Amino acid sequence: MTAIDLGIPGLTGVPTTDEKQTARDYKSDQEVRWCPGCGDYIVLNTMQSFLPSLGLKRENIVFVSGIGCSSRFPYYMNTYGMHSIHGRAPAIATGLAVARPDLSVWVVTGDGDALSIGGNHLIHTLRRNVNLKILLFNNRIYGLTKGQYSPTSEEGKVTKSTPLGSLDHPFNPVSLALGAEASFVGRALDSDKAGLTSVLRQAAEHRGSALVEIYQNCPIFNDGAFDVLKDADEAQRRIINVVDGEPIRFGREGEYCVVREGFGLAVAKSADVDASDVVVHDASDLNLSFALSRLSTQDLTHTVTGVFRRANRTTYDDGVRAQVGEAKALKAADLGKLLHGKDTWTVVG
Amino acid sequence: MSTETRKLDRVVIRFAGDSGDGMQLTGDRFTSEAAAFGNDLATQPNFPAEIRAPQGTLPGVSSFQLHFADYDILTPGDRPDVLVAMNPAALKANVGELPDGGILIVNTDEFSKRNLTKVGYDSNPLEDDSLERFQVHKIAMATLTIGALEETGLGKKDAERAKNMFALGLLSWMYHRPTEGTERFLREKFAKKPDIAEANVLAFRAGWNYGETTEAFAVTYEVAPAKLNVGTYRQITGNTATAYGIVAAAQLSKLPVVLGTYPITPASDILHELSKHKNFDITTVQAEDEIAGIGIALGASYGGALGVTSTSGPGIALKSETIGLAVMTELPLLVIDVQRGGPSTGLPTKTEQADLLQAMFGRNGESPVPVVAPRSPSDCFDAVVDACRIALKYRTPVLFLSDGAVANGSEPWLIPDVDSLPDLTVEFATDPENFQPYSRDPETLARPWAVPGTPGLQHRIGGLEKQDVTGNISYDPENHDKMVRLRQAKIDGIEVPDVEVEDPDGNARVLVVGWGSSYGPIGAAARRVRKLGLPVAHAHLRHLNPFPKNLGEVLRSYDKVVVPEMNLGQLALLLRAKYLVDAVSYTKVQGLPFKAEELQDVLADVIKGVSA
Repeated sequence: MTAIDLGIPGLTGVPTTDEKQTARDYKSDQEVRWCPGCGDYIVLNTMQSFLPSLGLKRENIVFVSGIGCSSRFPYYMNTYGMHSIHGRAPAIATGLAVARPDLSVWVVTGDGDALSIGGNHLIHTLRRNVNLKILLFNNRIYGLTKGQYSPTSEEGKVTKSTPLGSLDHPFNPVSLALGAEASFVGRALDSDKAGLTSVLRQAAEHRGSALVEIYQNCPIFNDGAFDVLKDADEAQRRIINVVDGEPIRFGREGEYCVVREGFGLAVAKSADVDASDVVVHDASDLNLSFALSRLSTQDLTHTVTGVFRRANRTTYDDGVRAQVGEAKALKAADLGKLLHGKDTWTVVG
Repeated sequence: MSTETRKLDRVVIRFAGDSGDGMQLTGDRFTSEAAAFGNDLATQPNFPAEIRAPQGTLPGVSSFQLHFADYDILTPGDRPDVLVAMNPAALKANVGELPDGGILIVNTDEFSKRNLTKVGYDSNPLEDDSLERFQVHKIAMATLTIGALEETGLGKKDAERAKNMFALGLLSWMYHRPTEGTERFLREKFAKKPDIAEANVLAFRAGWNYGETTEAFAVTYEVAPAKLNVGTYRQITGNTATAYGIVAAAQLSKLPVVLGTYPITPASDILHELSKHKNFDITTVQAEDEIAGIGIALGASYGGALGVTSTSGPGIALKSETIGLAVMTELPLLVIDVQRGGPSTGLPTKTEQADLLQAMFGRNGESPVPVVAPRSPSDCFDAVVDACRIALKYRTPVLFLSDGAVANGSEPWLIPDVDSLPDLTVEFATDPENFQPYSRDPETLARPWAVPGTPGLQHRIGGLEKQDVTGNISYDPENHDKMVRLRQAKIDGIEVPDVEVEDPDGNARVLVVGWGSSYGPIGAAARRVRKLGLPVAHAHLRHLNPFPKNLGEVLRSYDKVVVPEMNLGQLALLLRAKYLVDAVSYTKVQGLPFKAEELQDVLADVIKGVSA
């Protein structure tokens, strides 16, 4: 295995190939079995189209998933993959990433898998900054168990398990990830291939944990959850796509913008504010990123997409390997010496 | 007056005091002195779960028992010959086990009215006749220590804290122990605080001199070195031996180790120890919880490392689902359970053997897992190397069932020659020609270990049922039946050595079968009943799943089979179920090891019943 440094921090150590790859190379021989119209198809296709552009050896890419509809994802990728158990994919992927610097490791998870049963692993993985790319498919519902509310469902949601409406207050996954000081957090819509690809690419290039929330439609149990963002006119008013270093404006003509308000941010009409008051996105600023995440409301009045945060911080797996490397350099691995220790005595015949 | 020296073949000393009195350290040092002298020895620490229980109370008592002898011994001893009690609570908690005529050394400084009342003494036992059946030595250890350290300029409080070293010095004098090791140890331990180091050395010497110069002690004792097998020895605890076994397995398999774990008593020392040996390509990850710990280990195994997780019973409960995933994905994984009293949080610092059925069956579905149990602290090394052999060769999670007694107990260990250790090298799959992730080695039934990064072997695994050979998802009824049976057959077919039966008389009609840390007490009890002219055979199981192939035949060759366990009869249940043998189950769950004496009575009764 030869590691060629592409100058892409997130992929340093992962061997590349000169062989031309296409999306087809990433399709496995397994029949895809999501429901017709499921948003997962689009994400799968986007991923299969995107990966060839990284030029990595296919055998050095691994997808690890938990349980849920989206967690079937690895079966459909012609890479290495593990469809593990509910909520635990980040932990398993952490072990893999720690053991193998030559792999590009992706976690595929859903809102129930990542935020409910696996919430603990998610926040701790982000806190440690393990070099993993976590794709959180958020459809705001439990699909595989047939339609119970999830930790991202809106309050009052009527489902099979909440006939009188859900009493749970939902998570904002981006705020949660930023609260755990994730070094990379992004969001995209399943239907926005260009936007999703852009976030995926930046995630892949980032060295450290990257959480990408993908709004994904479940046509069976929560159909239309994100429709307002998919209507061209509505989307103009609602979607705030942020780009590092650029003033945050949105709307067809940039007629809306984001300004500071108190300790947070607010949406304003560009015409009403001085251009210098429009907030310029700085993805390295945790407080700004968090404030941006609060602009996204559960009812989708506004939804921020793009990369909220991208900051350099030592990754856990690099740190672990550095410690092992230093220990090896300092002290030979002499088993006999270890077993003898300091105090021995000898019995002679 | 000259002191008389008596020769003894064995002595049991128990140091007891408040949790803050440093009794574990004192015991450890005496153990090292005994080891350096060449005695055989066995130790049993006993301490509260609280870090600092209220001072001077019964729950706060911490003790360390040490058995040393001039012959090979098997247990830390049933009861002490010498009890060192640093306060009234320690006296009250332990004096009941001191036999008549036993030596009792008491630190009188702590016997204030308040301290006596705290533990329910109406009158001072040092002043009434309640201790008259013992040889009592009343010594103001704190006062003497403070006196000895007067010139060091150390504060009274700091000086008083060295009183445990005074006790150690006195006992070292009484038993003619070598002292250089302790002085060296103290100087190293307190290297950053040289004044504290010197204070401890001075207190230690003061204790020694107290014995030497006062006439309080008319007799000192000698226990000659034991005639152990030829070789180089060291003292080792079970947890250290377990950690070393993992280091050895890494070297023997030429694999890196990734330990994913979460701190839990009494298993944490395995993490502490392994985290020191990164130079052997060992990575330790202290995870956010037990589940992440094993997840990280399994992820590392998937990547071609030797994944290890360590915990105690409550942690195994949390890890069960991931063990099931390892069974399904057929990846090597070492799962260490240092058993403690249960259920639930139970008795964190006490020992028990009640996780056997959890290890065997504590997962959903038919989920067979090999189970390996060490019999003594030093046996942890060989047993864990063997557990790794099984995990790597058969691509399976292996449950390693240590327990609190083995983990924290210590004994001399005949250090193995590294060249004599088994070869554990593995072969990763590399050939894309006809590669199938769930094809099987015809001999072991193991599937190929095809790690990510291998060109042409891309495949997907997971917890869903696998189609035979291809490993694709399969809901086919016939296939599921086949796979369930295949996974079982793989574990059933694991090669384990035959169980050896110890029957020196050769005519025993009663067999005692044990597993794990009861080896010592059962072995000692068997020796005792044989001395009474009652023959008994002893078989001790390291492999609990699969059982050794000769076990059925062994069980059937005796009129009666007795199974002592620190649970309610879990091995007995398995033996009855598998071999239809009418095993007599003898059980005790007090959080403490069996006493040889009680097992002697149990065995004698059964043997007499058979002979009658």
